[in-house]
Amino acid sequence: MGGERTAVLGVGQTRYSSNRGDVSIAGLVREAAYRALEDARLGWAEIDAVVIGKAPDFFEGVVMPELYLADALGCVGKPMLRVHTAGSVGGSTALVAASLVQSRVHRRVLTLGFEKQSESNATWALSLPQPFSVSINAGAGGYFSPIIRQYMARSGAPDLIGCMVAFKDRRHALANPFAHLHQADLTFEAVVESPMLWDPIRYSETCPSSDGACAMVLGDEAAGDASDSPVAWVHGTAMRSEANNFPGRDEVNPLASRECAADVFGQAGIVDPRAEIDVVEMYVPFSWYEPMWLESLGFAEVDHGWRMVEDGSTDIEGGDLPVNCSGGVLSSNPIGASGMIRFAEAALQVRGMAGDHQVDGVRRAFGHAYGGGAQYFAMWVVGDQKP
Amino acid sequence: MTDPDIPPRALAEAVVTPEALAGLEPVRSVRTPIRLVYDFVPSAAAQAYLRAYAEKRILGHRSPVDGAVFVPPRGVDPRHGTAIDETVDLADTGHVGNFCVTHLPIPGRDDLEVPYVSAWIHLDGADIGFLGLVAGCATEEVRIGMRVRAVWKPDEQLGPTAENVLYWEPSGEPDVPVGRAGNRAWRGRTDG
Amino acid sequence: MAEGAGQRDVAVVSVAVRQEEALTDENEVQLLVDLVNRARNAVGLSQAEIGFTCSGSSDFLAGQAFSFVQTLDAVGAFPPISESHVEMDGAFALYEAWVKLQIGDVDTALVYGYGKPSAGSVRDVLALQLDPYYLAPLWPDAHALAALQARLLLDSGTVTPEALAEVAVRSLHNAVGNPNAVRASAEATPEELLAAEPVADPLRASDLAQVADGGCAVVLAAGERARALCERPAWIRGIDHRIDGHALGTRDLTRAPSAAMAAQEVGASSDRLDIAEIHGPTTSQEWILQRELGIAGGTDVNPSGGALAADTLMASGLIRIAEAAARVGAGTADRALAHATSGPCLQQNLVCVLEGD
Repeated sequence: MGGERTAVLGVGQTRYSSNRGDVSIAGLVREAAYRALEDARLGWAEIDAVVIGKAPDFFEGVVMPELYLADALGCVGKPMLRVHTAGSVGGSTALVAASLVQSRVHRRVLTLGFEKQSESNATWALSLPQPFSVSINAGAGGYFSPIIRQYMARSGAPDLIGCMVAFKDRRHALANPFAHLHQADLTFEAVVESPMLWDPIRYSETCPSSDGACAMVLGDEAAGDASDSPVAWVHGTAMRSEANNFPGRDEVNPLASRECAADVFGQAGIVDPRAEIDVVEMYVPFSWYEPMWLESLGFAEVDHGWRMVEDGSTDIEGGDLPVNCSGGVLSSNPIGASGMIRFAEAALQVRGMAGDHQVDGVRRAFGHAYGGGAQYFAMWVVGDQKP
Repeated sequence: MTDPDIPPRALAEAVVTPEALAGLEPVRSVRTPIRLVYDFVPSAAAQAYLRAYAEKRILGHRSPVDGAVFVPPRGVDPRHGTAIDETVDLADTGHVGNFCVTHLPIPGRDDLEVPYVSAWIHLDGADIGFLGLVAGCATEEVRIGMRVRAVWKPDEQLGPTAENVLYWEPSGEPDVPVGRAGNRAWRGRTDG
Repeated sequence: MAEGAGQRDVAVVSVAVRQEEALTDENEVQLLVDLVNRARNAVGLSQAEIGFTCSGSSDFLAGQAFSFVQTLDAVGAFPPISESHVEMDGAFALYEAWVKLQIGDVDTALVYGYGKPSAGSVRDVLALQLDPYYLAPLWPDAHALAALQARLLLDSGTVTPEALAEVAVRSLHNAVGNPNAVRASAEATPEELLAAEPVADPLRASDLAQVADGGCAVVLAAGERARALCERPAWIRGIDHRIDGHALGTRDLTRAPSAAMAAQEVGASSDRLDIAEIHGPTTSQEWILQRELGIAGGTDVNPSGGALAADTLMASGLIRIAEAAARVGAGTADRALAHATSGPCLQQNLVCVLEGD
């Protein structure tokens, strides 16, 4: 990774919930942006540019809503970019913002991802009638279920690994006041007994649909040095995409995922991710993706990722590689922000500012997002020391 | 970590409403119905594909790069960005590369009884799968590698649409081994 | 641009453009397979030799969520590629790629933008670009808003109807030599255009951009790589973009301060400009932009005919850059300005200055 050293100076999140009817879209993004600025101890005037990301415009029914949000985000007279790369968008948005600093084009950049799904009808947005093809897949679960089935067959994982991931992430969320789902009374049995939606995916193994926004302020080396509070230094950034359907494609462990991980860890000088990364915020919208990505990213050997779930390695209580201490996408899913939340939570962990879900002594953390048919990837490694 | 119940300082001050508006019921939401009409244009490849369906034929596209056959034809090899114009006829038999048992209704498909099985059907002669319904057997019997054949609409109901195939049913032939089913079949072919 | 930023030399080394009134037999993938391959082949690069790929398009325009996922097939994304997408005109995708090249890890980039407005109603899609609480529920379409802007210009005496007609005539004349122009005429006169009835008073059909389907692909390369790939690279001497406020009531609609700021940032007026490719979706907007960008008398404005001759939402800005770069590459211009706009009444503007060696 060349260019200017880049630091996360501030993080701001809104509370995630199924309907933030108390605020407009502008009010929602301002809440996250102000918190990020307060955390970074900066004002609007010190921000050079804004990079905003969200999933399809159909979710709010507003075409390029960043235009309308320019005033709310203090962007008048500044450069503004809008990123859209499917589910990975929150991560990609942070990476585009980082590239503005790495390239020395700007010194301090505000980046923000949001979704306000309650403003429109998400089912409508994702099921617009398309001629020329037969509509038989109900939602993303219908797409990912066969891939999970293939992983189960390939790895020999026990049937309830997915339920264990879901139960763990929902417990983790109890320590995160911003999380959408706070299911204090949830039991493992209740997860197992929840309705089967897309066999083998149960209701409790899927992510909710949330309103919310997440923002970060990124700065150059001088800005990082000048910060009074701890900053997170960016050690590696990578994006990869691959085609959706082609002969021989490994949908369970896509090459784009493996190459993206190799790139980002290579930049960070990491040889053994399991030993050298202290905490992971991973994009897991369906529970089974935790063991699948653990393998793809090199935290576990192929076909063995599920063992890390089974033996509690990824649990914040006693695990050596806690995954999704925030509760993850399974507990909060404002789609356009979901990837950025992963990146921001990784930054909070290395800054020691993750509150009740802080892991002790985190030196390097990994943020991850994916999208499309598991074909778009965005990743970063952040650390408490300069790279 | 900040407290979500404490608003950012800049947003903490209450909005002052003019006297004249005091006592009015606040507006909680605004409904703006959106209606947009689109005319989609099928590509030449899609037109040929849909027309062939009316004759109970399924067309694929063969890549000029390495002969890989794609279905439905989209005029491009997505690995290389290479245009494809060689059309091939495919059998209406194949195997289940992978599948999903769905317990949720689909918007706009009230005709489907849940649970139903959607599957990646790998046609004989094609190198990728395409989506289809599997029926004609118990849900629990569907498996990766199961051989299937098309069940077509009656001839008098055929039109230029992929919906001419009502569903795919088990053909009773021996299964394709799991290790060579679906996308894994391609490796078998390219490794010789 | 930050003070003292040390720029890496980056150039446009290859362009491919196509615009038609309506693509009736092709979808976006077919359109782009041709454009992307033309742009890559012109400099002999395969996708594996491209360091970064970035595109711009709109889901609402395409009528489908995640529409850009399908068009990735036209690029060829296996082995996997380093790639990103903006829900903006392709000119902003070019900006993102330029930023990536500034970091120095990669030397080449592929950029594309595309739109197929013939599938729906671009005027109505653009109405949904407005503040969803105060403006969009009123459904003012893009022509009506541009007419408000033009009315302010005319009634303040800033510009005359004849001056706007001359903008349209220049576009029609220049478009004659452009194979991608949908609207062109060697004989058009201001008198003839002014005789027509307005369609969004005071704007006549000739004042409004000719909507077209199409797209554009561009290859960028840095430093020596650019020189090795083509005879005469079109060097990006400066590129910047700015946004104005959104609420129409807070803006002086006869001005576009963000366009002036971006032009200032890239030093557009520091030397003579041979040509300027301006993205003005109406004659009145083109007129405002000429003023804000500081285009002087000796500059040939929109030699391609500009957006008035063929306007493809999500690609028109990138096409302006491609048209300017092609002329620099061919040696018919030494210094060129290219401009892209987005948002209601010229809210967001990008300016790029290109030079030959």
